[in-house]
Amino acid sequence: MRQETALQVNGLRVSYLAGEGEVKAVDDVTFSLYPGERLGVVGESGSGKTTLALALMRLHKPPASIKGGEARLGGRDILKLEQEDMRKLRWSELSLIPQGSMNSLNPVVRIKHQMADAIEAHDSSMTRAEINKHIVHLLGRVSLPESVAEMYPHELSGGMKQRVCIALAIILEPSVIIADEPTSALDVVVQRVVMQTLNDVQQQLNAAMIIIGHDMGLMAQSADRLAVMYAGKMVEVAPIASFFNDPQHPYSKLLISSLPSPEEKRELTGIPGSQPSLLDLPSGCAFHPRCPVAVERCKQEIPVLRQIDSQRRAACHLVEEQAS
Amino acid sequence: MFGIILRHIKSAISYTLRTPKLLLGLALLSSLLLLSLVGPYLIDVDNARPISVPTNRAPSAEFPLGTDSGGRDMLAVIIVGTPQTVRMGLLAGIVGVVLGASLGLIAGYYGGKVDMIISAATDTMLTIPPLAILLVVAASVRTMSVENMAIIIALLSWMFPARTIRAQVLSLREQPYVHMARLAGLSNIRIVFEEIMPNILPLAAASFVGATSGAILAGIGLEVLGMGPQRTPTLGMTIYWAQLYSALIRGLWWWWLPPILVLIVLFVGLFLVSAALDEFVNPRLRKTG
Amino acid sequence: MKYAYFIRRIMMFFVVVLMAATLNFIIPRMAPGDPIGAVLEELRARGASTGGDAEDEIVAAYRARFGLDQPIYIQYLRFLSNTLRFDLGHSISYYPQKVERALLRALPWTVGLLAISTLFSFAAGSFFGAMMAWPRAPGFMRRFVPMFMVLSAVPYYLLGLILVYIFAFVMRLLPLGGAYSSGTIPRMDLDFLLDVARHGMLPALSIVLTSVGFWALGMRGVMVTVLGEDYLTLAEAKGLPDRRIFFAYAMRNALLPQVTSLAIALGTVASGSVLVEVVFNYPGIGWLLYNALRTSDYYMVQGVTFFLILTVAVSVLVVDLIYPLLDPRIER
Repeated sequence: MRQETALQVNGLRVSYLAGEGEVKAVDDVTFSLYPGERLGVVGESGSGKTTLALALMRLHKPPASIKGGEARLGGRDILKLEQEDMRKLRWSELSLIPQGSMNSLNPVVRIKHQMADAIEAHDSSMTRAEINKHIVHLLGRVSLPESVAEMYPHELSGGMKQRVCIALAIILEPSVIIADEPTSALDVVVQRVVMQTLNDVQQQLNAAMIIIGHDMGLMAQSADRLAVMYAGKMVEVAPIASFFNDPQHPYSKLLISSLPSPEEKRELTGIPGSQPSLLDLPSGCAFHPRCPVAVERCKQEIPVLRQIDSQRRAACHLVEEQAS
Repeated sequence: MFGIILRHIKSAISYTLRTPKLLLGLALLSSLLLLSLVGPYLIDVDNARPISVPTNRAPSAEFPLGTDSGGRDMLAVIIVGTPQTVRMGLLAGIVGVVLGASLGLIAGYYGGKVDMIISAATDTMLTIPPLAILLVVAASVRTMSVENMAIIIALLSWMFPARTIRAQVLSLREQPYVHMARLAGLSNIRIVFEEIMPNILPLAAASFVGATSGAILAGIGLEVLGMGPQRTPTLGMTIYWAQLYSALIRGLWWWWLPPILVLIVLFVGLFLVSAALDEFVNPRLRKTG
Repeated sequence: MKYAYFIRRIMMFFVVVLMAATLNFIIPRMAPGDPIGAVLEELRARGASTGGDAEDEIVAAYRARFGLDQPIYIQYLRFLSNTLRFDLGHSISYYPQKVERALLRALPWTVGLLAISTLFSFAAGSFFGAMMAWPRAPGFMRRFVPMFMVLSAVPYYLLGLILVYIFAFVMRLLPLGGAYSSGTIPRMDLDFLLDVARHGMLPALSIVLTSVGFWALGMRGVMVTVLGEDYLTLAEAKGLPDRRIFFAYAMRNALLPQVTSLAIALGTVASGSVLVEVVFNYPGIGWLLYNALRTSDYYMVQGVTFFLILTVAVSVLVVDLIYPLLDPRIER
């Protein structure tokens, strides 16, 4: 290992209880995150990426529950913390930029107070004047005018609201930021600018960041490493350059080939078939019904996420056989 | 149209079997129904008229609920009075919901000026305290019968159905299948009857129970104040007579308590049914409590 | 932009008041019989010897006195202008007492009893309702609140009768009715206030017991929706204390629709007061209306109904005007 991890997740499992059955929304997910690093997590909707984000903050709601694994942050397993300790840890160590930023701010409270209460909940030593100064400073860092502090959410545009959420996320200088589809509700032009702002503040803080999304293009620009999720499992983890140059898992290959490319003019191919229902997963590798290169073994045996080289991991029988 | 209605009924039944609220509510209501259906075969309901039996008797084997100061057999009064009260409520409920649903449908579907006028009228009427109007109207009607009381009450109970149904129609109007129907050149009448009506029926049913319960409440209110039908032994009038003759401080509890208990059973039954229907119409409420 | 909202609300208020006044003018005139006839009947019943010319003279005098000899539109305009100046005329039964005088005397009792109990059940009910939807609420909340919901289906005056029977008649703990003990003179000292409180206990209790559930039910519905909002997830992610999330984020937003209902409820308090005041012999507005109806005191009935509608319109207006302060989004 090159350095101390900011967040180390081992064998995390999150299940929904549906009727008699148990739906594994996040199944045996393991990854590490280093300070200053940006890890992109991609997958189709329902692949478990948002559940993963919520579970890491322990904000998952019943019927979801954590079935096992650990998540070490600052020497502690946050999955085993007492409620009150977890509350204190949230935001000060681990903050969230929510998916639906359009509705993520309390509609009847001024921006100023929504930012202030995050500070007050964790740090009673700051005076009101200091807090206000800090808020104005933070708004400046995300390129918002001071006047935003006095406004209500409905007076802001979508991009401004998202900036407020970014400012809010760094207010206590956490070591890990989870950004759950931080730009999905914005239009394309605004997306880039907001993403750039997010990357800037994250770098200044040297915080680790998990960016969840399904936009491969955006990921290619901002993530250092990419993790691909399929049906609740991580199927490939690799640094961004080698991921795009030499994808290992057949699903990754299909994801990349479905991207429009400026250089070569070729037909856009979607991925044939659709993601299986988590209630009724195929046997063996969950991807095998859609996989163009599946063999008999894929129908019977579930592949595990194995180290391919020092930085890459993939969960596919074929990759494994090639390597050996 | 019938396909959709059938589907509503099916899902209503399957939901019903899972919620204790509706079953309990229906059980309470059917116990009252049973009482008024079987009652007349067990005792002489003519004794509900004044001066039929000895006065002021406490409950005994002969008069299970005792008799009042006017010489009525209280059990007979309950058996005769309950269906009268329910009849008044149902009548007012039907008229009120049909009136309200039609107005809501028209306002929601046609929009524009029509909607503005109907909505303004609805909102204004909602702010006028119904009991005040009821009292003044009731006081100017010389002979009150169950039917004209129902009509008077119905005229003041269409606003809530109108408002909820309008809101529902507004959102239905923008549904793709309604757009399709319009593009396909279906007439407004056909769209309303075939595409929109079936979908507001569950809501109309839910507001019908609410309106009936509200109508009974208003009716009882009028009756307790002595403005109800003088000749029919309804539950509310019984409470009025008991009040007028100071039954409470004379200790004649069997005079006023049974009609109150029957009314409580009736209201709680209607409440449970309407709450269950609300949950059926608005599934978000199902999760908690 | 904000002005347009205020102006529209205020216009609406006047439309309601005008409609109320008009209704008040029309309804009694549609009724069979006429007010002077009713007075004469009463005079006769009291044994006043009238007849022949004398009676016609009295009728004419009365008609002129109350303006009933004028054409109908003059009557209407005069009625409107008087009503809007809050000159509600004289009581017929208690001539020459002014209607507005009687109203103002009855008002404090109604407001004191009903407004206080309504506000109390609004506060308590909203809190309980919010707790019912709150996943981390103590378990007993979820068990005992449904009881109140069932009680909310029961008309309060019926529950009132049962309460009077138990606490006043059987146990003799509290008075049977009235606003204060007969024989005491209303004045501002502790004894009198305690006496008033003792008398208000049962009517207030019956109102609170039956309306807490209504508020709880409404609040639970809105709260369930609010708890699913994204801003609640973010509030929790921020690591705010539970108490803060519950009050400043969840309840604060869920209360908004409830406040609109409160306006209507506060307004209907006055008309709802009729039954509870009759059952408890409480000398408020409702009691006044009830007696006016029984004695066919038309001007009194008109005055009281107009006043009742006015209270609703005023409370709706007040809530509409302060609503933008509670919900900053309202400025269209």
